[in-house]
Amino acid sequence: MIVTINPVSKLAASVVIAIALLLSLDWVSATVALALEVLLLPFAGLGFRRLVRRLLPVLSAAVLTGLLIALYGKASGHSYLQVLFIDVTDGSLSLAIATTVRVLAVAVPAVVLFATVDPTDLADGLGQVLHLPSRFVLGALGALRLSGLFLEDWRSLELARRARGIADRGRLRRFAGQAFALLVLSIRRGSKLATAMEARGFGSAATRTWARPSRFGAREWVLIVIAALIAGAAAAVAMATGQWNFLASR
Amino acid sequence: MARGWGWRPAGRSKWAVRGLDLRIEPGERVLLLGASGAGKSTLLQGIAGVLGDENDGEAEGTLTASRSGLVLQDPDSQVILARVGDDVAFGCENLGVPRDEIWRRVGDALDAVGLDLPLDHSTSRLSGGQKQRLALAGVLAMRPDLLLLDEPTANLDPDGVREVRDAVTRVLEHSDRTLVVVEHRVDVWWPIVDRVIVLEPGGGVLADGPPDRVLAGEGERLAASGIWVPGFEPAAPTRTHRTGAQLLRVDALAVGRAQPMATAIDLSIREGDCLGVTGPNGSGKSTLALTLGGLIRPLGGSLSPDPLRWKSRELVTRIGSVFQDPEHQFVAPTVLAELRVGAKAVGLPERETADRVAALLARLRLDALVEANPFTLSGGEKRRLSVATALVTRPPLLILDEPTFGQDARTWAELVAFLAELLDEGSAVVAVTHDSALVTALADTELRMSAVVPA
Repeated sequence: MIVTINPVSKLAASVVIAIALLLSLDWVSATVALALEVLLLPFAGLGFRRLVRRLLPVLSAAVLTGLLIALYGKASGHSYLQVLFIDVTDGSLSLAIATTVRVLAVAVPAVVLFATVDPTDLADGLGQVLHLPSRFVLGALGALRLSGLFLEDWRSLELARRARGIADRGRLRRFAGQAFALLVLSIRRGSKLATAMEARGFGSAATRTWARPSRFGAREWVLIVIAALIAGAAAAVAMATGQWNFLASR
Repeated sequence: MARGWGWRPAGRSKWAVRGLDLRIEPGERVLLLGASGAGKSTLLQGIAGVLGDENDGEAEGTLTASRSGLVLQDPDSQVILARVGDDVAFGCENLGVPRDEIWRRVGDALDAVGLDLPLDHSTSRLSGGQKQRLALAGVLAMRPDLLLLDEPTANLDPDGVREVRDAVTRVLEHSDRTLVVVEHRVDVWWPIVDRVIVLEPGGGVLADGPPDRVLAGEGERLAASGIWVPGFEPAAPTRTHRTGAQLLRVDALAVGRAQPMATAIDLSIREGDCLGVTGPNGSGKSTLALTLGGLIRPLGGSLSPDPLRWKSRELVTRIGSVFQDPEHQFVAPTVLAELRVGAKAVGLPERETADRVAALLARLRLDALVEANPFTLSGGEKRRLSVATALVTRPPLLILDEPTFGQDARTWAELVAFLAELLDEGSAVVAVTHDSALVTALADTELRMSAVVPA
């Protein structure tokens, strides 16, 4: 069900939650938002295994962020551990927890919603619903398709350097040379693609039509309203409990 | 129609095309020939209107054409969108064709080129021949009066070449569209064209007329200028074939990246022997070449000696690998520096290096280009340079992936003669290739690989 919702709506929903959660740096609003999001996860249109695979990197990034802040964050209150620059205190611990939860609360909806976004559909939506310039949208879409060839190129470049007899020494210099070669190859590919697109009338003066309709109806609005409700609930609970901290002004 | 037309790309002092007068009537099927650098592609892109504006170059004279559609050489860089149907629809969208009409045209165009695939089929899973037919369908859906093909089969295996040629033939049977095709290999298009135009390097038209008359009058001269003309194929060199010691033994080898692409390969590669490896795209030919060259790990079986255990600078003195895409192998800013890389890696004395490099430069006709950047060379020159770089360290075993790709008839003959000479001197050559003429001319054994059917 959520799979077929217009990508523009998914984008908007993610942005609404992100903005609300970036306005305050307290732990209450982030926790409320995250709890509500977790309740909605079963409706994300992803199977359990896909869900875990998508969320695992987000989870590890969030925990790592938290750990760093716990160790090095602004010290205040009781100190539990002090070695060199490491200082684990009441203050750094609470900041760590708040940040971890916040990273999760912002990233989880974005990752889950975008797992089911097809780049072509997103481009259609950006062009037809948001009326972004089609040159920009479709140019980016074409470039995205080329990025898959990067990895292949990089591998070949690496093997080729071994075949040329220069893979034993100077790792750093070789890396720089390889990166430059990749850049040259990518530009070459990009300009070929541009010619191919131009040859099919891309960038002409004619008004473009869209072969695939991009619909934005009730379901799309419902998703955005749900996101707004999550954001609103998070802010309201934080204000009610007195934890709301607008742009870290306290 | 062109009158006194010329084009000079920005930043170049030489005109790509100059002083061209030409008139092509509706319904004509034209094969456009000319030596490399005669401006064939430039003319085609000019007709298609994709050369750009005054920022991209300078134009003179006039060039007018009816609505045209252009298919280019490289299958990979012509796929624009991720799904087959969307890709064909792309051109129509840009022309502002109404939605219902677009999908009608998409269906018709896919039928016309014989691509019987669902509209949401992924374009990245197509073969080279299918990609070129997809590009053709995308152009046909725009309903052009004039069909322009710029070496559409140059990157394809023989099956792909046939697919594309047959698709174009079928399309032309059912319409009175005009065709202009550029191709080095004349025999592919000979049966379906009714006019041949030969461009002169530096400007103007060298010959123009019905195929048979041009061939009779100019055949020899065309062949000498490097065009593949039926009846004037370059001769194969004679070899004194002497087999020497075994260089590499291959037992029950399985090659592939993640999944095996080919298994149970047994080979004995000996001095003086040439092994031709053939087979369709995706049958694991290039992967086999990389495995034999000690660059990637076999998935099973064994190589003895095992080149994977050698250091990079040991490898270059024992096995010379030349990749499919020469650009991947270039590491230096000039042709001369490029040739010295291998010699420096193995610590060859300066005098010796200079001698070997000079000999190779002369032999492979690169001596006029010593200061040029390898990336700016033509396709055929790049190929010759990449072969030369592998030869500087004199490895007894050469592994070449598509060594004759992009060569015109003249440089082809030179390259083949050169390889024959190396073989006679006792080197072994493994050549992965689609080029049946190369196999006929050089290979003592042929290893035919078969396509892996995706599960």
